[in-house]
Amino acid sequence: MRRKDVLDLDDFTADELREVLETTAAMKEVLARPIRRVPPLRGKTIVNCFYEASTRTRVSFELAAKNLSADVVNITASGSSVEKGETLVDTTRTLQALGADMVVMRHGASGAPYLVARELEASVINAGDGWHAHPTQALLDLFTVQSRLGSVEGRRIAIIGDILHSRVARSATWGFATLGANVVLCAPPTLLPIGFADAVHTGLRAKGIATACPVTVTHDLGEALRDADVIMALRVQRERMDTGLLPSLREYAREWGITRERIAQARFGAIVMHPGPMNEGVEISPEVAYGPQSVIEAQVTNGVAVRMAIMYLLAGGRAGPAV
Amino acid sequence: MSNPNNAIRLAGAHGRFLGSLVIRGGRVIDPAQGIDAITDIAIRDGFVEAVGVGADAPPGAQVIDARGLIVTPGFVDLHTHLREPGFEYRETIATGTAAAAAGGFTTVCAMPNTEPAIDTTAVVDFIHDTARRQGSVRVYVIGAITRGRKGKALADLVELANAGVVAYSDDGDCVTDSALMRNALAYSRTTGRPVVQHAEDRALTTGAQMHEGSVSARLGLPGWPRAAEEVIVARDCELAALTGAHLHVAHVSSAGTLDFIRRARSRGVHVTAEVTPHHLTLTDALVGGHWWSATASLPAYDTRTKVNPPLRETPDSLAMAAGLRDGVIDCIATDHAPHGITDKHCEYQAAASGISNLETALGSVLAVVHAGGLTLVEAIAALTIRPARVFGLAAGSLLPGMAGDVTILDPDREWCVDPAQFRSKGRNTPLAGHLLRGQVIQTIVGGEVICDRSA
Repeated sequence: MRRKDVLDLDDFTADELREVLETTAAMKEVLARPIRRVPPLRGKTIVNCFYEASTRTRVSFELAAKNLSADVVNITASGSSVEKGETLVDTTRTLQALGADMVVMRHGASGAPYLVARELEASVINAGDGWHAHPTQALLDLFTVQSRLGSVEGRRIAIIGDILHSRVARSATWGFATLGANVVLCAPPTLLPIGFADAVHTGLRAKGIATACPVTVTHDLGEALRDADVIMALRVQRERMDTGLLPSLREYAREWGITRERIAQARFGAIVMHPGPMNEGVEISPEVAYGPQSVIEAQVTNGVAVRMAIMYLLAGGRAGPAV
Repeated sequence: MSNPNNAIRLAGAHGRFLGSLVIRGGRVIDPAQGIDAITDIAIRDGFVEAVGVGADAPPGAQVIDARGLIVTPGFVDLHTHLREPGFEYRETIATGTAAAAAGGFTTVCAMPNTEPAIDTTAVVDFIHDTARRQGSVRVYVIGAITRGRKGKALADLVELANAGVVAYSDDGDCVTDSALMRNALAYSRTTGRPVVQHAEDRALTTGAQMHEGSVSARLGLPGWPRAAEEVIVARDCELAALTGAHLHVAHVSSAGTLDFIRRARSRGVHVTAEVTPHHLTLTDALVGGHWWSATASLPAYDTRTKVNPPLRETPDSLAMAAGLRDGVIDCIATDHAPHGITDKHCEYQAAASGISNLETALGSVLAVVHAGGLTLVEAIAALTIRPARVFGLAAGSLLPGMAGDVTILDPDREWCVDPAQFRSKGRNTPLAGHLLRGQVIQTIVGGEVICDRSA
């Protein structure tokens, strides 16, 4: 993988995506060993720079880095000089001066990692920037679908939830569409980004991928779920109610909540995904979340493997079945 | 119609600009007089004495050879942020007017979002005094509509007019309270000064960073819908109709806004409008950067693209040029908004909005001319007599007796935009590194050469 940073999947070619998935499979094999440790990043320092709270993603990156024998440093916004008003640019310069080899960044402002990546010689991995992108989440989603269903191409992926504010939805759309899947985005009209489908079509054409409408948008859950192979539920935040975008979470749960009755409308054997953390009873019912079609726990496990793959490839490792 | 006596008093009061010179052999374009011919201009003691081939040189006059060049009235900018008092790290009256001169502007109108805001005689006097001592060009002052620009209570609009303000604006902020806007328009009739509205329904632009469209959807940035500008313009046109006042719409960005202005005008409402050079030429694709367009010159999320109102889509920028051509937009105004490095060297949502563009305005406008969107004469009119007429300023024309403010330009000279060379403290322009065609060669204020690139 000839790139310095992983900021979003919009500029990944299909080949690059396949390279990551192949390497992830190898890393998953490493995770199955009694000693889950390989040496490619020995002596390297990875800094987790999280301006937004996170448990699963940060721990996932930390475990991934340690499994590759790297040293890991965690910086969170609270308790750091960010509270004293240190700017993002200054923090970046400090990291450079301290000799970080790779920076994993999560920030509340869309585009923040782009600024950091321009200023740093070190590789930057975007762990989530505002509403914009969460590339490693999308990659683990791709890997999960591929392992469970055998392929991504031609599949129908229904993403349901607050699409407007979702970096997971955006990155997943780029990833799945690039590998030839059809993506349906479903949300109440107030939570759908105007023009995103157009943006994806323009982007795919720029990448030389000519597809007939891979991305469609609807606010009808039944229509979205019909013939879906994958149902991805996204978290709906309470504050969407407070800002007038949703009348109530109760109404959302009734109209767009993923329940057992609803998933019966999808293709037989469809899998249910969720990036976590879940609002059980709102966007997804507990019986679906913990039911036989759910692959949510597998997503978490795959997350560590995907992040190992990304770090390994950025550090110059070559893709392949054996590590 | 504003009080012409105030305007003339100020032009003469800038006691430094009292030179004599004669400009020979240039193509003089003065849309105010319908002149487009190779001819000479004589300026004596700061005022135009004669326009005509072989005009006598006043005693002691400098002779300027303008053969092969275009000679126009000095440009008039109705919308400049000089930042002083209060934000001198971004710009001062000295540096801002130097930038104006470098861009061919001989008259600028200073917006009141200073600290303190321009809502008292004291601040108006400060700006006039500072401009008189340190300014490179003529400075008029725009007073705030509301006290402190807080949008709650009217400022003393008559006092401000007596101090010399040429218009009122809370620019940077919108007067969103409809009753207050009605009262401001009604009360402004006492002085006849226009009320300049920054049209933005704040409720619709909460957290907005750029135009709401497919680029913002992809970049995950909250968007500023066209409707947020249009609903305010529609409302204000009705209020202007109700009160009979002069409404001036600042920095129009949306094609839909023009429909409301057109309709109001057809009903006899006194509404005028301006457009910036960037809204004529740039679009939201610029924010998407390299990835969005193979020919884009900026990376994604470059904060130099962040401006209020935001850069919109190609149909909007084309509509702006068409609007200038058919007159629904009266003139060009730069909205020169210089910022310091720290204001923009950060993540997009933390960055200040604004483009430093006095020095690139002509180049941008000529790009529209070169592309066939405007004729050269239309462009010059939009930079000279048309803005002057909107605010009732004695400027923008070379009629004998007017101030000897002249811009000499080469419409074909190519130059590369290098912000490090700007006279402005503001280096914030998305045009950095761009090649522009058309440059100011000399800027003359009251018969004195203030900016000279003829060497």
